[in-house]
Amino acid sequence: MTLSLRDVSVAYDGVPAIADVDLDLPDGQVLAVLGPSGSGKSTLLRAIAGLEPASGRIAWDGDDLAGVPTHKRGFALMFQDGQLFGHLTVAANIAYPLKLRRVARAERRRRVDELLTLVGLEGYGRRLPLTLSGGERQRVALARALAVEPKLLLLDEPLSALDAGLRERLAGDLRRILTAAGTTALLVTHDQEEAFTVADRLAVVRAGRLVQEGPVADVWRAPADPETALFLGYARVLTGDAAAAVCAAAGVKTSGPVALAVRRSALVLAEDGPLSGVVVSARATPDQLRLVVDVDGVGEIDAVASSGVHPGPGERVRLRAEQTRLSVVP
Amino acid sequence: MLPLRQALRRPLTLVALAAIPVVVLAVFFVLPVVGMVGRGFRPEGHWDVAGVIEVLERPRVHRVLWFTVWSSTVATAITLLLGLPAAYVLHRLALPLRRVVRAALLVPFVLPTVVVGVAFRQLLTGPLDWLPIDGTPIAIIAGLVFFNVAVVIRAVGAAWESLDARPAEAAAALGAGPWTVFRTVTLPALRPAIVGAASVVFLFCATSFGVVLTLGGLRYASVETEIYLLTTDLLDLQGAAALSLLQLAVVVVLLAVGARLRPAREASAQRAPTRPRRPRLSDAPQLAVTTVLLAFVAAPLAALLVGSLRVTTSGGERWSLANYRALSSTGSHQALIEPATTALDLSLRIAVDATLFALVLGLLVALSVTRRTHSRAERRLRGVLDAFFMLPLGVSAVTLGFGFLITLDRPPVDLRDSPWLVPIAQALVALPLVVRTLVPALGGIDDRQRQAAASLGAGPLRRMLVVDVPVLWRPLLASAGFAFAVSLGEFGATSFLARDENATLPVVIFRLIGHPGPMNYGMALAASCVLAATTAVVMLVVERLRVPSLGVL
Repeated sequence: MTLSLRDVSVAYDGVPAIADVDLDLPDGQVLAVLGPSGSGKSTLLRAIAGLEPASGRIAWDGDDLAGVPTHKRGFALMFQDGQLFGHLTVAANIAYPLKLRRVARAERRRRVDELLTLVGLEGYGRRLPLTLSGGERQRVALARALAVEPKLLLLDEPLSALDAGLRERLAGDLRRILTAAGTTALLVTHDQEEAFTVADRLAVVRAGRLVQEGPVADVWRAPADPETALFLGYARVLTGDAAAAVCAAAGVKTSGPVALAVRRSALVLAEDGPLSGVVVSARATPDQLRLVVDVDGVGEIDAVASSGVHPGPGERVRLRAEQTRLSVVP
Repeated sequence: MLPLRQALRRPLTLVALAAIPVVVLAVFFVLPVVGMVGRGFRPEGHWDVAGVIEVLERPRVHRVLWFTVWSSTVATAITLLLGLPAAYVLHRLALPLRRVVRAALLVPFVLPTVVVGVAFRQLLTGPLDWLPIDGTPIAIIAGLVFFNVAVVIRAVGAAWESLDARPAEAAAALGAGPWTVFRTVTLPALRPAIVGAASVVFLFCATSFGVVLTLGGLRYASVETEIYLLTTDLLDLQGAAALSLLQLAVVVVLLAVGARLRPAREASAQRAPTRPRRPRLSDAPQLAVTTVLLAFVAAPLAALLVGSLRVTTSGGERWSLANYRALSSTGSHQALIEPATTALDLSLRIAVDATLFALVLGLLVALSVTRRTHSRAERRLRGVLDAFFMLPLGVSAVTLGFGFLITLDRPPVDLRDSPWLVPIAQALVALPLVVRTLVPALGGIDDRQRQAAASLGAGPLRRMLVVDVPVLWRPLLASAGFAFAVSLGEFGATSFLARDENATLPVVIFRLIGHPGPMNYGMALAASCVLAATTAVVMLVVERLRVPSLGVL
C-alpha cells in the first residue's frame, strides 16, 4: 500500500510546472510537500489525483495509474477552501461520496454522525455551507474526504485560508484526526509550521523540483542547501570566516569552509560566552529579548536574551552559540 | 439641520441622475401604454369592462392564446436541447475556429426578424419544398429556435465558462463519474443560468412578431401578430387594446417569476476558471448536436443568399445581380413609394439616432441603479427605479408602437410628423439590452477602487476617469453595437409608426413580400441580404469586444 512517483513531470504549454519528481509514501504516513507559492507543489498534488496529465510513472501498490481517471483512483482531495457543494447541507455533503458508493441510508446516516463527531461538529448536519465559518467549512470538507476511507487523502493547502490562531489549532486537530483514522495523506502547504505539526515526512519542492525528502526532524535538522534552510525558518545562512567563527564557538567540528544556517535563537547572551559584540538594536517580546548584535569576526547577527536583562544599543555583550540551533549546510 | 441635509443629499443626487430617463420613460412609455389601456377600457369615453371581457371570450382569441403558449413552450424546449450542448462545446472545449463559430451562432439573434422570416420562407419554398412544412407551425417554431438559440449559448455558455472547476474536481476525487458530476454538481450550479435563459427565450418566443407574421400568415397568429392584425386590418382598436393588456399582464408575471427563480449571485472570493480542454470521444454527442445546429443556422441564410442571386427570365433561372440592382427602384406593381436604397439610407440614419438616444438613456439608468446606497430608503428608491427601467422589456414592441400611435398625436405631446418618433420608439426597444450590458460592468467595479483613488487624492471626475471609464468603454461600445443592430432590424413598433414615404428597410421588405411579382420577391431577398450583412458586421465587431453581455439578460 504505497504511493510511488518516478520521473513525474507536468508541463503547461511546454513550460514545466514540475520536473522529474521521485517520491515514495509508505502506508499510514502523512507527507507534507512544502514549497513557496508557484513552486509547483499543487500541480504535483493534482497530477497524483489525476487532474493534470503527467508524464512519468505514478503508481499505487505497483499499479501504474496512467489510464485511471480521477473518480476511479480511490483518493480523496480536499481543497484550500473546502469546495463544499453550496446547494447541499453539511450532512448531504458528507454523504455525497457514500451515496455514490450506494451505501444504505441507515448506514450513511450513522457514518455521517460518526464523521461529524470526529471533526467536532456534532449537530451541524442540517446547516448549509454558507452559514459556516471558514474553519467549520474545512472540517466538513475533511469529514467528506474521510467518508469513504480513501486509500490516500490529498490535502491542498487545507489550512491556508484560515487566520493564524485557528490555523494552529486546526493543524493539531488535523494531526489527531489523521492519526486516529490511520489515513495515508499527502499535504501540500507553504507554511512550515503547518507541515511540522501535521506531517511525519517532509518533501521540499522548489521551482518544480524536489529538493529534499525525509522524516520531518531529519529535514529540519539538516537542510539540503542554503535556500531550503531559509525556507525552513532559519534566520540567516553564514559563509566563510563568519561561519567558521560561529562553528568554533558552538564546538562544531568542520573540515574546510562551510555554509552555516543559524536560527534566530542560535546565539544567546551569556557572560562567559566565547563571542563578543556590540548591540545594534534590542526589542522586547513577551518571552525573550531579541537582539541584533555586531559580533566580532561574524558581522551583524540575531541573538536572544532572557527577558531579565536589558542591554541597550552600543553596549558590549558576550554570547554563546547553541549547537542544536545551527545546521551545517553542504 | 446639517445632518438632515446630508441625509437628503444622496437620495436627491440619485433622483437628479435618474430624472431624465424617468421623464423620457414617463412620456414615451407610460403615457402610450396608459393611453392604450384607456382605449381598451373606455372606448367611447365611458368605462366598458364588459367589452374587454367580451374580446377575451372570442373563440379566435382563445385559439391565438393557445397557439402562442404551446408554440413558445415547444420552441423554448427545442432551443434548450440544441443550445445546451452547443454552449458546452463552444465554451468548454478547445476547438479550432471556436471564436468564429461562436460569433456566427450569435448572428441570428440580431438578424431582423423579418429577414429570419424571409430566409425561412425561401428555404422552405425553395430547396426544402419537398418537406410539407411551409406555412405550418413547424416552420414558425423552427424560425423561433433559429432566432433564440444564441441566447442560450451566450447566457449558459458564459456561466459554464466562468464556472469554478474545483467543486467538480472535488466530486470526481470523491468518486463521481463524469455523468454523476454533471448531474449533481455542474447542473445545480448552472441552473440559474439555464432558468434565466429559458425564461428570456420563452418571453422572446411569446412576443415574437416578425417571424410569426412572415411565416404564419393569416392562419397562425400569436397574440402579438393578432394585435397587429386587429389594429391595421380590422381597425378593432378595442380588441387590440384588450389583447395588449393581456399580454402586458402575462409578460410582467413572467418577468417577476423569472426574477424570483433567479437566485442572487453568490459572491465567491476566488474562482479557478478552467481552460478549455481538447475534445474527447465522449464529447461526440455534443459535437454532433453542435454540427446539426450550425447546419440549421446556415441553411436559411445560404438559401437567402442564393435566392437573392438568382433571377427567373424567359430562358429559365440564372445567376445575376439584377435583384440587387433593382433595389434602387420602387419594385413592380408600385410596391413601394420610395426606392429600397432610400429606405436603407433612412434605416441607417434612424439607427444612429436611436443608438445615441439609447446609449445616453442607458448610461444614465445604469449609473443610477448601480450607485452605492447608504440608507434603506435610498436602496428602496433604487430598487423601484431598477424595476421601472426594465418595464420596456416586458412590453412588446407592437404594443409600444400602437400606444405611440394613439397617444402621441395630440397635445401635450404631438409627434405625429416628427422624424424623432421612430428613433425614440426603437431606442426604447433597445434600452433594456443596453442597460443589461452596462449594469453588470458598472456593478462589477469594486467600490474600494474608487475609495482607494479618493484616498490618493482623486476628485469625483478623476475617480470616474481612472476607475469607471477603463472598465466601461468596452461594454459601452458593445451596447452601442447591440442598440444599432436592434434598431436596424426593429419591425414591431416601426411597422406602426413608419409611413409609406419614409419606411425603414424591414418595413420595405415586409411590404415587398406582401406584393405579387417575382421582381418584388427577388428585391425582398436582396434587401434581406443587405440588412443581414450590415447587422452581422456590427455583431462581429461587438463580438471582438468580448463583452459577456447576454449572460445577464
